[in-house]
Amino acid sequence: MKQYLLSVYQPDGAPPRREVLEPIMRDVRALRQEMKTAGVWVFSGGLHPPSTATVLKLQDRDMLTLDGPYTEGKEHIGGFTIVRAADLDAALEWGRKLARATTLPIEVRPFHDDPEN
Amino acid sequence: MSEIAVGEIERVFREAYGRAVAVLVRVCGDIAAAEEAVQDAFAEAVRRWPSAGVPPSPAGWIITTARNRAIDRLRRGASREDRHVEAARLQYAPDENDAEDVVGDDRLRLIFTCCHPALAQAAQVALTLRLLGGLTTAEIARAFLVPEATMAQRLVRAKGKIRDAGIPYRIPEATDLPARLQAAMAVVYLVFNEGYAASAGDRLVRESLCAEAIRLGRLLAELMPGEPEAMGLLALMLLVQSRRASRTTAEGALVLLNDQDRSRWDRLLIAEGQAIVRQCLRRNQPGPYQIQAAIQAVHSDAPIASATDWPQILQLYDQLMSIAPSPIVALNRAVALAEVEGPAAALAIVDGLVLDRYYLFHAVRADLLRRLGRVSEATLAYDAAIARSENAVEREFLAERRVGLTKS
Repeated sequence: MKQYLLSVYQPDGAPPRREVLEPIMRDVRALRQEMKTAGVWVFSGGLHPPSTATVLKLQDRDMLTLDGPYTEGKEHIGGFTIVRAADLDAALEWGRKLARATTLPIEVRPFHDDPEN
Repeated sequence: MSEIAVGEIERVFREAYGRAVAVLVRVCGDIAAAEEAVQDAFAEAVRRWPSAGVPPSPAGWIITTARNRAIDRLRRGASREDRHVEAARLQYAPDENDAEDVVGDDRLRLIFTCCHPALAQAAQVALTLRLLGGLTTAEIARAFLVPEATMAQRLVRAKGKIRDAGIPYRIPEATDLPARLQAAMAVVYLVFNEGYAASAGDRLVRESLCAEAIRLGRLLAELMPGEPEAMGLLALMLLVQSRRASRTTAEGALVLLNDQDRSRWDRLLIAEGQAIVRQCLRRNQPGPYQIQAAIQAVHSDAPIASATDWPQILQLYDQLMSIAPSPIVALNRAVALAEVEGPAAALAIVDGLVLDRYYLFHAVRADLLRRLGRVSEATLAYDAAIARSENAVEREFLAERRVGLTKS
């Protein structure tokens, strides 16, 4: 079994209004349950906005601590899910479900195979 | 003597390449290992065949040899446990080399892997030509007018994604099949059109692209007998290909369908293409490729251009517009309309299309304006067409038409 990262790409700026967000969150929770029931769910979580991020960077011998996200863009990763899947087709199918639930674009990326497993 | 034999070996090898790679991918579970094993088998053939002769079933010989080489390689490099397991799996795999249906399924799996929607279309095309067609990276690069290093990188990246992202090697499930088959057919048709387009590029390479596209088209039609669109695509390519000899002059200039020497059309290809079109008509599950093939079949029926059944062609375009409407189809329909109702009716349609960036839009407009005697507007339209064409042969053709406006 391979593992895949499903990243949710979210536009910068204020989150949608409550009446918009609530049904979305309900769908996302339902999908998480579906993933758990199917035995493919590994981890998932939503992130605070990029303005809360801190970047650590080794420059020569100094460890720098910097305010803000590493890259600025019009979108940021708002959350992610990790699933176990037999192949890309299976992972893409979960990705499609997540795109429908979140109404946002989903990037599907494979993890390196873990030699420990 | 051995030089002739090597040429012969190369030919036999290229024909068997896709088949051998397809089987070896299933056996090895990895494209790079499969290609390496098949390459080993080729080296072995070059060593043996000149003295021993070509074996009765060259493809079977290549597959068996490649499989043995794959096992040897795994044994040599078997420092890790899983490699032993792999070698064992190879060793005890049932010998199904000569079972055509199994090999056929392998090739179909490989087509669907190469044409997976997670790969960019340019990568799909390159992979299909490399793995199934056995074209070299240099040949594919020449055909698509990109540097060889660029093409090599494109192939490496695509194979890397198949391996690392886990793009599966299997025939898609029934629910996905129509969309996936569409993608595979689009790749085959793109390869064909790339080979058919008149260009200053390497003529031999372009001809081999058409031959390869038709070979892949046959494969899809044979392996997916339940899909009439696969047959439609094959018929379409055969009928267009039948005019290859007459569509350019000896100097390489373009000749329009109406002006072609129809005695030079390939009767065998036409007969085959038309037979398939008739079969499709009987099945009565029309689709875009089948309708386009039917349109070509009507052209092929006319012994001289003036005998073309344009009303029937117009009717087929109407049908195509109803199931797969697009501005390009509308433009082609307008060309037929000009023959049935005259250039004014066609121009009214063409002027309503948003196709400014497409050179043929301006070329069609120019021709309609010419027929309506609106010479200065036609000149401007030819200028626009010439400015948008990326192909030297087409530009030359358009420039000649433009000059012809004021001559007659």
